[in-house]
Amino acid sequence: MASYPNTPIPDKGAKVSVLTYLITAIYVLLLMMIFGLLLRLEHAQYFSMGEAWFYKIMTLHGVGMVGMAGIAGAAIMWHFLREYVDLSEGIFAINWALFLAGVILILGSVFFGNFAGAWTFLYPLPSHPMGTWFGGASPLFLGGLLLISIGFFLLYLDTARAIIARYGNLARALGWPQLFGPDDGKAPPPTVVASTMVTIVNLAALLMGTSILTMMLVNLFAPSFAIDPLLAKGMIYMFGHTFINSTIYMAVIAVYEILPRYTQRPWKSNKVFLASWTAATVMVMSVFPHHLLMDYAYPKWVLVLGQVLSYTSTLPIIVVTGFGAMMIVYRSGIRWDMCTRFLFVSLFGWSAGVIPAFIDGTISINYVMHNTLWVPGHFHIYLMLGMVSMLFGFMYYLGKPHQDAQDSCLDVAAFWGFTVGTIGFALSFLYGGKESVPRRWAVHIMPEWLPADRIASAFTVLIIACVLVFIVRFIIRMGPSGRDYTRASIAVAA
Amino acid sequence: MQQMVWYVSLVLMALVMFGFGFAAINSGNRVEDYSSIIKRAYRLRTMLFWVLVLALGAETINTLRTLPYYAPRDQSAGAAQLIEAKGYQWRWELSLDHVAKNQPVELRVTSADVNHGLGIYDPDMHLVAQTQAMPGYTNVINYTFNKEGTYKFLCLEYCGLAHHAMITEFKVGTP
Repeated sequence: MASYPNTPIPDKGAKVSVLTYLITAIYVLLLMMIFGLLLRLEHAQYFSMGEAWFYKIMTLHGVGMVGMAGIAGAAIMWHFLREYVDLSEGIFAINWALFLAGVILILGSVFFGNFAGAWTFLYPLPSHPMGTWFGGASPLFLGGLLLISIGFFLLYLDTARAIIARYGNLARALGWPQLFGPDDGKAPPPTVVASTMVTIVNLAALLMGTSILTMMLVNLFAPSFAIDPLLAKGMIYMFGHTFINSTIYMAVIAVYEILPRYTQRPWKSNKVFLASWTAATVMVMSVFPHHLLMDYAYPKWVLVLGQVLSYTSTLPIIVVTGFGAMMIVYRSGIRWDMCTRFLFVSLFGWSAGVIPAFIDGTISINYVMHNTLWVPGHFHIYLMLGMVSMLFGFMYYLGKPHQDAQDSCLDVAAFWGFTVGTIGFALSFLYGGKESVPRRWAVHIMPEWLPADRIASAFTVLIIACVLVFIVRFIIRMGPSGRDYTRASIAVAA
Repeated sequence: MQQMVWYVSLVLMALVMFGFGFAAINSGNRVEDYSSIIKRAYRLRTMLFWVLVLALGAETINTLRTLPYYAPRDQSAGAAQLIEAKGYQWRWELSLDHVAKNQPVELRVTSADVNHGLGIYDPDMHLVAQTQAMPGYTNVINYTFNKEGTYKFLCLEYCGLAHHAMITEFKVGTP
């Protein structure tokens, strides 16, 4: 049974490139949260920007949050993975540059071209603006996404290269010799296993993404090059759903690396762990049809498989990773600080968020809940309380001034404000789904829908106020973040 | 259905919260012998795994028995009334805007331009059925309207500026 070497002393500080990624991520996160607040204020009728602006902001909020999660997850994965394999700093920098270039194109397409085709850019909507966005806006948006996708594709090619150079092949890096043979105690550490899974699924997803983006760009300039809308939708969801899903699997590396340092207990790459990550590799790549359950034209077996995989993909999350977090903390004497609070609550968020997700993956339930507010309800739980909490936990870990540093009351209060606010905010969405409120509607036409919108708006204000505390704290502590020293408070004996 | 889904989700999420809360509350009083904790926890985890496998397996079999993709086997109510529905940016075009209560309806849904989603809302504005409206494809909803009154068809797939205004009314009356 392989054990993760859980107390490397001193803990490595972040490279400038990782800090650059984090600063980029939190800036985008804050901006997109403000955009999200504007959307909910519009629903609540506390604010009026009009439907044209609503859909433009909605497009930016969606694509911006996916990009933010991708950049933040990549920063966490790269920071820890470079301890085991030889990653290229040049490729890491190129990905950031392409991300920035893509963001500029997307902002231009929305603010100057009025593009409002949603982050899902479903074919053939980009070529059917009905006069609401300029002709050049769609190529700018799709081109921006293509640049970002190429950057990430290069990044995962590099992680694949580095992992193969160290472990021989991807199967070994997933621990297959130990999973399917005797456990010789030489399985790769959790960080390598997780990074390998993410590398595999994202190379496939990004290949799909760059293909459909290129096809749609060609279609914009040569409309006779028509695309099957059903094929296009499947490719877009394989790309987008897999990519956003993978960001949690990247960010959870922070949990695998940091909680063992605090609890002085190993997070082991045993057979169950390896089996769950191999299963996740297959399931994350193939579960996307649960977003296509209302496309009856798909082969029925694909849709049934979508439901079955939706159900099975909850098992590794709850039974292995969520349960593992409870186990490592139980009677550990852990000293709770902002870092460990966030990392622990992140696995609660991930485990709880998959529940409304897999329920909505039931075909007969999806029939009356698909594209209602239930959908943003479930993913805001596991992305905000899950993935974003992992990001904040990592930021507090990097910036912790010394091993025994105490958190200020303001930070602790902000943590609870963020946690309660996110739960309340997400439940408001889920409640809207229960009430059949359609998703992606600029105007909420029924007066009965407004109370939940207004409650959600209040929770969003609370969340943003708390996030400002985390961001300011991280910026103040940028200096220590780059240095090598022991950060984790050692667990106390009874 | 939606009510049941809401309560089941809340209960299951509360159970997850209880598990994490239990671990957090009992995180003090360090036990140095982690292997003893692992041994007990692995037993519990195995139980949890099989409980989930059985529950999810049973639910899978239960819910896959009746899929909305197929017409109901019971044809005793007579032949279905055929209605063609086509989505345009930003309106619905229906071949018929009324139907008799309790008469089966076969709603053939497609689109003339971009992707739309046809959601059927009952007179209380609860979603009772839906499918995607995609250019080049026809999806069929088999549904029996069992409430008299005015139903609404709403667009449930984002289709541009007036997506939210893509609503049409549909009357269900006495036979």
